[in-house]
Amino acid sequence: MDLTSLTVKTVHQGLVKKEFSCEELVESYLVRIKKLDKDLGAYLSLVGEESEDKAEKVDEKIKKGKEIGILEGIPYCVKDNILIKGQKATAGSKILEDYQASYSATAIVRLEEVGTIALGKTNLDEYGMGASTENSSFQPTKNPWDKKRVPGGSSGGSAAAVTASMSTFGLGSDTGGSIRQPASFCGVVGLKPTYGRVSRYGLVALASSFDQIGPITKNVEDAALVLQAMAGKDDYDSTTHDYGVEDYFTGLEKEIKGMKIGVIKEYFQKGLDTKVAKVIQDSVEQLESMGAKIQEISLPSLQYALPVYYLLMPSEASANLARYDGIRYGLSQQKSKDLISQYGENRAKGFGDEVRRRIMLGTYALSAGYYDQYYLKAKKVQKVIRQEFQKVFNKIDCLVGPTTPTTAFKMGDKVDDPLAMYLSDIYTVAANITGVPALSLPVGLVDGLPVGLQIMGDGFQEGKVLNLAYQLEQSLNLQLKPTL
Amino acid sequence: MKLKKEEIEHIAELARIKLTDAEKKKFSRQLTDILDWVDQLEEVDTKEIGVGVESDLTNVLREDIIEPFVNTGSLSDAFPQAQDGHLKVKGIK
Repeated sequence: MDLTSLTVKTVHQGLVKKEFSCEELVESYLVRIKKLDKDLGAYLSLVGEESEDKAEKVDEKIKKGKEIGILEGIPYCVKDNILIKGQKATAGSKILEDYQASYSATAIVRLEEVGTIALGKTNLDEYGMGASTENSSFQPTKNPWDKKRVPGGSSGGSAAAVTASMSTFGLGSDTGGSIRQPASFCGVVGLKPTYGRVSRYGLVALASSFDQIGPITKNVEDAALVLQAMAGKDDYDSTTHDYGVEDYFTGLEKEIKGMKIGVIKEYFQKGLDTKVAKVIQDSVEQLESMGAKIQEISLPSLQYALPVYYLLMPSEASANLARYDGIRYGLSQQKSKDLISQYGENRAKGFGDEVRRRIMLGTYALSAGYYDQYYLKAKKVQKVIRQEFQKVFNKIDCLVGPTTPTTAFKMGDKVDDPLAMYLSDIYTVAANITGVPALSLPVGLVDGLPVGLQIMGDGFQEGKVLNLAYQLEQSLNLQLKPTL
Repeated sequence: MKLKKEEIEHIAELARIKLTDAEKKKFSRQLTDILDWVDQLEEVDTKEIGVGVESDLTNVLREDIIEPFVNTGSLSDAFPQAQDGHLKVKGIK
């Protein structure tokens, strides 16, 4: 049996039935990582012995006839901007190349409480700034479907690792599409929860009003299980909400007959690849045949979501990244003549081009004389878009459309054109601006590359989004997997 | 061109990032492209939208209770320069 291709539920069943041990499971992943990852480049570092020790403990528990939880002993990978105590956390940046986390993120603490086993930290665009993982300061990651193409970004390492069966599931973070876009490019499930559903404590901040941690998984069931374990109020992040966490897993089985689904008109206009459009339209027809009520929805202000995002995100990033000055930790040059030149030199050497570009853009948008014209204007348009969304969600259950305008693009295609790279986020940023949950589900292939359907729900309606995704996934029964 | 060399130099100084002349040129061109593109927000009528705190958001407050942080060693271990357990930095001038 190939243990690495199993999902959370099938691993759990195998462990309980003693078909294999947790040690064998972890070992299979480590062997597979050793075999494939030199080429794919999904991992930046491995946890090592500690994962094997944890597996041994799970096996002892099973041997003694004790019951284990559904996530107990499940190996997973973590985007390298999420802290695990004692492990490196580079955020894909040279400035944090040797930084070791002194505490764990709340999401990690909660997953450890239910017994999951972290295998390693995965590659990303520096500080999450990018849509291809090419902006990593350390290595590019390849798309397991076509190694000449990008896996998407910025959570490209976790998406590639899950796709190539180098971990059962992965964690990513999503500020403007960084979970959903790579999930779409790699043919896996990616969920950005509602802003405030999962604690951001221990996540390296990019734009604090948008950032969310979420799961990247092989199927919808796994996404529901992982979210359930991480979600909920946290004293260390006051933006987390005390709404009760639903039993997302049990909710998957509900029929979607009569569910009101809006197809976003503006997402099918210029820029969308015609073959991708066809796959998306087919999946909408499938939903209709399952009894969902489909209607076209127009959100006229949606076209402004991307420019709003590319003003607000850099503004917040410029403030958040001010802390990386190489004084208390991180890359630090000692030859500078005084403190102020040391700041400038540390940050010039430590930050890559895209990070510097966004810090400067944000600094400009917030600076005296330009604040009203850029930052404030963007905040106001954000409110217009939010109001439009709220009106729509008063009458429908979910919105659907493509996750990305094209399938995975070739490496190098957009590295020299920042604006072209930004356009990769065109369909995903709206969920961050409005705070709503959004999931990318693989719904087909175009020329051998995966296509993702994006499903958005109203705030804290992850249950509905997962239910719809699960029912469609079961009905399509695609089983997409690259040959490696 | 919207962003002149002096403006790029001013932004870089505020952002504490040292740039070479070639970088100043490159970033000036790229940032200008991005700013020209975001200018489309001017098309949106926002006269009715109020400034300030969003009406649908509420403040979250809590008691200010001090908890001891025992793991100080893990923080000071990361200091690039230290003396007697204290962070050592360069003089301001």
